Amino acid sequence: MTSTTTFEKHRDSATTRSAVALSINGQRHELELDNRTTLLDTLREHLKLTGSKKGCDLGQCGACTVYINGERVNSCLTLAVMHQDDEITTIEGVGDVEHMDPMQQAFVDNDAFQCGYCTPGQICSAKATLDEIRAGIPSHVTQELNGPIEISDEEIRERMSGNLCRCGAYANILKAINQVANDQTARERS
Amino acid sequence: MKAFSYERIDDAAQAAARAFEVSGSKFIAGGTNLLDLMKHEIEMPAHLIDINGTGLDDIVATDDGGLRIGALVSNTALGADERIKRDYPVLSRALFAGASSQLRNKASTGGNLLQRTRCPYFYDTAMPCNKREPGAGCAALDEGADTRQLGVIGTSDHCIATHPSDMAVALRVLDAEVETVNPEGQTRRLTLDEFYQLPGDTPNVENALEPGEIITGVVLPAPVGGRQQYYKVRDRASYAFALVSVALIETDDGKGRVALGGVAPKPWRRDEADAELGNGAKAVMEKLLDGARPTDENAYKLTLAERTLAALLAKE
Repeated sequence: MTSTTTFEKHRDSATTRSAVALSINGQRHELELDNRTTLLDTLREHLKLTGSKKGCDLGQCGACTVYINGERVNSCLTLAVMHQDDEITTIEGVGDVEHMDPMQQAFVDNDAFQCGYCTPGQICSAKATLDEIRAGIPSHVTQELNGPIEISDEEIRERMSGNLCRCGAYANILKAINQVANDQTARERS
Repeated sequence: MKAFSYERIDDAAQAAARAFEVSGSKFIAGGTNLLDLMKHEIEMPAHLIDINGTGLDDIVATDDGGLRIGALVSNTALGADERIKRDYPVLSRALFAGASSQLRNKASTGGNLLQRTRCPYFYDTAMPCNKREPGAGCAALDEGADTRQLGVIGTSDHCIATHPSDMAVALRVLDAEVETVNPEGQTRRLTLDEFYQLPGDTPNVENALEPGEIITGVVLPAPVGGRQQYYKVRDRASYAFALVSVALIETDDGKGRVALGGVAPKPWRRDEADAELGNGAKAVMEKLLDGARPTDENAYKLTLAERTLAALLAKE
């Protein structure tokens, strides 16, 4: 009989799987997963929430963008087992055909996509972009670090740089985000 | 990705002890670089210790007027902190010059310091790399290699990779210290210069951390004031690593400090170069980049660093 090294011991299936309870779009899911399972694969392959997309699977394209505790993140670069007790929101939780979020409606109004594959990630990021500007979180292009930040094309473009669109719908994505920003500002003033 | 066991430990010293005990352990916080590396099978931990419950996620004032940043504070939270924006603007600027919003929301302060190089040969597991596999050789030093993004100073005959962090360049210019705890529960503080190791003939050793030792935070000294700038030159306007970056602090007494990113295996700063700041960019770079060993493809970084500093010094 050969002895099992610590290294091998930790790779056997008894220890490489974990139980985790995830809260997704307000619904609790109890799962037993291989520790390697990313949050993105959990959503798509285990829970059939296929709105979040897998583009690069390396955090470069943003197609997998979801919210964890209200912040946008790349769901391909985090493990499901790390999110016990966290509140996760996917594009399915943002809105559906009957109850569209204003950002979803703005993407439709402005033709802000062609193939649509990057769109769920774009919409999640677009909503967060406006929230982050209003929260006073600076960006690389913010002139004055301290104080309120003006919503501008330049700010939106910089803050959306983690979402790629191979169809090149950027110009209309920018229009859609500006539409929502303007509507929000108008509502605040009225 | 190779299979691994997983546990969550909510105390930093206990996590350090556990990592020392279980061979092949790695800590995971944000995971934005570690998971990327695990997917490429560059990192293959047998055991992951999730440290997100250790409570190291606040920024508190220190007795001497500085700030102590918990290792788990996200890059976004750090850059947007009112005290950082007001008193350490070079750090805010450096943080928001890096990565994307999604990554900054998840990336931690400790993890940012520990991120690995983006050298294309380190990432390509079909190529030899002394950092990945000591003694294997360095594909970046082969004839015809693509070295445009790689290091020009502090490199060795075994590795010419750069450290990719923007945050670390700002921390270096701010004289920040890295705080750690080891498996015995002992704490220590290291300057950024002490923390990062030059490659020499062991490019696989990148920092001074001992087995199991964990970063608990970063300590900023009292604000130094002055005009603080961070300028990052890269191939596209956003979301790209630096070709060259310059962190500059010009204080009211006519003195200053300068550190470079994108050129070396660690944030690059020299006291004798700081002393030349009154004499212009050329004088500074003569000291700061003395002994540089660029390749034909990346020698442009020497000129670019000088011009970037000149641009910052000339700014109204």
